[in-house]
Amino acid sequence: MIAVIDYGMGNLRSISKAIAYVGGDVLVTRDPEKIRKAERLVLPGVGAFGQGIANLRSFGLIPVLEEEILLKKKPLWGICLGMQLLATSSEEFGRHAGLNWIPADVKRFEFSESARLNVPHVGWNSVRFSKNHPVTGSVKQADFYFVHSYYVRLKNDDLTVGTCDYGGGFTACFARDNIFATQFHPEKSQETGLEMLGNFCRWKPC
Amino acid sequence: MLKKRIIPSLLLKDNRMVKSVRFGGFRDTGHPLTAARIYDAQRVDELLVLDIFASRERRGMRSEIVAQISEECFMPLCVGGGIRSIEDMRILLSKGADKVLINTGAVECERLIGEAARAFGSSTVVVSVDVRRRPASGLKSGMEGEYEVFVRGGAEATGLDPVLWSRTAQELGAGEIFLTSIDRDGTMSGLDIALIRSIVDSVSIPVIASGGVGTLDDFRIGMEEGGASAVSAASIFHFTDQSPIKARKYLVDRGVNVRS
Repeated sequence: MIAVIDYGMGNLRSISKAIAYVGGDVLVTRDPEKIRKAERLVLPGVGAFGQGIANLRSFGLIPVLEEEILLKKKPLWGICLGMQLLATSSEEFGRHAGLNWIPADVKRFEFSESARLNVPHVGWNSVRFSKNHPVTGSVKQADFYFVHSYYVRLKNDDLTVGTCDYGGGFTACFARDNIFATQFHPEKSQETGLEMLGNFCRWKPC
Repeated sequence: MLKKRIIPSLLLKDNRMVKSVRFGGFRDTGHPLTAARIYDAQRVDELLVLDIFASRERRGMRSEIVAQISEECFMPLCVGGGIRSIEDMRILLSKGADKVLINTGAVECERLIGEAARAFGSSTVVVSVDVRRRPASGLKSGMEGEYEVFVRGGAEATGLDPVLWSRTAQELGAGEIFLTSIDRDGTMSGLDIALIRSIVDSVSIPVIASGGVGTLDDFRIGMEEGGASAVSAASIFHFTDQSPIKARKYLVDRGVNVRS
């Protein structure tokens, strides 16, 4: 069973039905017992970083997630805000500490006026996967749907799996051991996103 | 590179889909769920669903249709109509909306934009700006510009200048501007490029342009000459044999940066 962590941030319906569509047995939950029983986890989320961390904390989810993901090494996919929350800290609406599972900072896109680039970065952009990963599978380059104003800057670039270009390259996908994360929304990225979700359902990190 | 988007819009009236001309004269265009399925199969970049009577009838949006569409479609969904509160947004987001569009609610209570941005992130909050060209005689002293923002489905003048209002919306936390020319709506006579350009040049958030698309080249003009991040349209898809697939191909062939 795949548990989609419900911590009150964003559209959980889309991700759960996308997982179901590719054949995953999915449950949207914030119940620690159910999270313990799950075989893999998805940390989704759209919204503000500070609110996201506050919600994880107030629902008492951080200890169980640490246990299941860091100790028991269950596969995790962090999506959008769920990717950013894995980082050390964020500068969104003030400075907030993240889960700090992956050494990284969450930065706001800053462009010069002459770049004429909008923030937020909304829409379809191309991601190039520079590394093989069981979840990306045969996808080497494809368009994915993004909607965000902040991005993850890794301390260790070796974790980058996929890069997107928006006024310069940023990490659209990283992975370490049993943790996989994307800034884009697989559940909104039509066939390529669904293909990757299918891969995630079968992923067995060693 | 970020692609320009083609966004079909579905307007709801009761539980049917309609299309207006200058925000009136509604024609029935079928069932919204059927249309959403077709757009999903055509891999559209995003879909906009608007309950256009919600504000006029001073009620919230009917959210069941959002749930139904989201149940079957794997494309980004932006929804709006009658949104007045964070709670309204929470319901729509829980039913499967990815972004919410606020219009009358934002003009009447500017604070709503910032509250929504803090609760759901700026990128979830789209401020819709409906604009009418003011007749010369209607100019009030001290007001500049010839365009004016209207609310409540185009029924109520606000005295707001679209450029200034769009900037305010951005400062308050809006993630996108959905800009509609009421004068061009449903006329298929082309987008109002001067209006689009004026907003695109004044804000740093994406602008979705709508109102007036009648040919495939109007998408190109809106994106290249207007500088819009996305162009939204309905009539061209309902009343001609053009489709988002044909639009995409037309634009790709002309070197416009859209998904192929």
